[in-house]
Amino acid sequence: MISQLVFAFLLIVGFGFFSFNISKIRKNISLGKPLDRSDKKAQRIKTTLLVALGQKKMFQRLLPAFLHLFIYVAFLFTSTELIEIIADGLYGSHRFFLSKIGWVYTLLISTIEVLSVLAFVSTLYFLARRNLLQVPRFKMSEMNGWPKLDGNIILYLEIVLLICVFTMNGADEALFLQGKSHVAGSGSFGFLISSFTAPYFFNYFDIETLIILERIGWWGHILVVFGFLNYLPYSKHFHIVMAFPNTYYSNLNSKGGFNNLSSVKDEVVKMFDPNFDPYATPTDENQTVPDRFGAKDVEDLTWKSLMDAYTCTECGRCTSACPASQTGKLLSPRKIIMDTRDRLEEVGQNKRIHGQDYNDNKSLLGDYISEEEIWACTSCNACVQECPVSIDPLSIIIDLRRYLVMEESKVPSELAGMLTNIENNGAPWQFAQADRKNWVEE
Amino acid sequence: MSKLRVPTVKEMIDNNERPEILFWVGCAGSFDDRAKKISKAIVKILNYCNIKFAILGPEESCTGDPAKRAGNEFAFMMQAIKNIELLKGYDIQKIVTGCPHCFNTLKNEYPELGADFEVVHHTQLINQLIREGRLLLKGGGKFDGKKITFHDPCYLGRANDVYEAPREVLEKLDAELVEMKKSKANGLCCGAGGAQMFKEAEKGNKEINIERTEQAMEVKPDYIATGCPFCNTMMTDGVKFFEKEEKIKVLDIAELIANAADL
Repeated sequence: MISQLVFAFLLIVGFGFFSFNISKIRKNISLGKPLDRSDKKAQRIKTTLLVALGQKKMFQRLLPAFLHLFIYVAFLFTSTELIEIIADGLYGSHRFFLSKIGWVYTLLISTIEVLSVLAFVSTLYFLARRNLLQVPRFKMSEMNGWPKLDGNIILYLEIVLLICVFTMNGADEALFLQGKSHVAGSGSFGFLISSFTAPYFFNYFDIETLIILERIGWWGHILVVFGFLNYLPYSKHFHIVMAFPNTYYSNLNSKGGFNNLSSVKDEVVKMFDPNFDPYATPTDENQTVPDRFGAKDVEDLTWKSLMDAYTCTECGRCTSACPASQTGKLLSPRKIIMDTRDRLEEVGQNKRIHGQDYNDNKSLLGDYISEEEIWACTSCNACVQECPVSIDPLSIIIDLRRYLVMEESKVPSELAGMLTNIENNGAPWQFAQADRKNWVEE
Repeated sequence: MSKLRVPTVKEMIDNNERPEILFWVGCAGSFDDRAKKISKAIVKILNYCNIKFAILGPEESCTGDPAKRAGNEFAFMMQAIKNIELLKGYDIQKIVTGCPHCFNTLKNEYPELGADFEVVHHTQLINQLIREGRLLLKGGGKFDGKKITFHDPCYLGRANDVYEAPREVLEKLDAELVEMKKSKANGLCCGAGGAQMFKEAEKGNKEINIERTEQAMEVKPDYIATGCPFCNTMMTDGVKFFEKEEKIKVLDIAELIANAADL
């Protein structure tokens, strides 16, 4: 009875704290500027199924794709086992579904066990990849400190979780063989891996130890799950949740088309309108002060860019595909996204503590991202193409450029010349528009 | 070589004619000495196929692409609104561009501002002309059996998912089409996009066009084919950097086809 109460308490606290953190993140994302992504629902669902659930874009790189897939599928299947753990925890039952679904149960747990072995191997490989193998994109400066530790914590937790699963099933199998399991009767559960491992690893223990081991496995499993759940909102591992909404709301149009700023359009249309009176009192009652052009801080970005920031799992595929990054420039698209998330967390925290209008005199551009980084971008879309969870670092870079150029008139001098030429003679170079046809005769 | 026939839209309308398609030449195609040759190759193909086309000539102006990528939405919007007004005034229904940047801007960024026309890139049009049998290639001419590799322009490939049209055209040359390790969606930028063409690169340890040229040289091509005047400049400079300009030629797909068809 006590253990049931403890379990119920942990369940409520576990999910309660998680929901609390989720609502904080929701609030932070909604600080962004509006953007309509409510169209093309069928196509969005299809994209989500292919890219998020189906991991389509992971398969650009085969080995990590398969290893990641093992962990991912193991996670999905183990989640179904959680339903039983919750049922057992609350009812004080043991293997709640065993008697109810019979051979389906054996099949399900066997599948989980096989996937868990694969996930175990994959996790060990990923640990080696992060810490021993020299993968350049895991060694970049933005990965120093917390991001590196975060990556390792996740993998260690996975190892602990998998060991718990095998301890639980192995010890229970050994008990059942001797007719001492909480399940009535005796024999083998017939689970693919534990029916094989139990005689080797668990037969040396006496009954009491086995019972304790089984409980350690069971409680360890669920505690790691609750811990993991509440670790997610603080970690890059949050991508397992955010990958779904983020691919759903991803840009479905051609990647080359940048958004047009309607505020700028309105200004330009007025400029060209001979009947427009700039001195007239505004008649439109809804007329408000125009937004800042471009983005200086996270609140100037669209909510989708902010959602991108929470979705990033810091894999660095964007950066390794980036032409600027490959040739030693300061730009790393992954850092752009990580900076956006870190700044958004800071802004959200400030608002909660000091009120909505608090200004800490810091901004995304300048305090996190430098001008040199954003001017290194060739807008080639390689980062957008690469991202397995449909993050778009390019739109943040362009919004930051827009702020620099239109609000602060800070533009590299050669580009200032180019822009003047476009305004004066309709070409980026200083050639007269009247000469546009000369090439025909040359 | 017969004289190029390149009427302007205005001239056509004065003669009570209408162009089927507008050839949007672009700044490079109009003013850059290397890119002018690409414009001429496109015109040769259009003339040969008897396509009733026209250019805007002195009325053509920048689409605003480099301004927009450089963050100056005002300069972009001024260009866009003026251009759309002009194109609507002439009731233009279809445009072919000689440059993927113009292509992308006209196709993806103008419609929301009121534009309503079909836009194709010249490699798509050439592909269509070959498919329809209007442009006949009797083998690949001097490209027969040569090694050609295609460098995907970012604003044609990733930006607009046009990967096959240029390749289908190149296959008609009876040449050996070899892919670089990084091609199509994984292709590496030449370094010119996002207004980089008009500025010095930021500090780094290598120029992007040098990296890309190395990738092209790995497959030992006789020709590097491009579909963008800016990529052409970058790759040509890269080949010169390695002093390989005698061995590797950088040519636009339009030039390869015009040359093979003996136009």
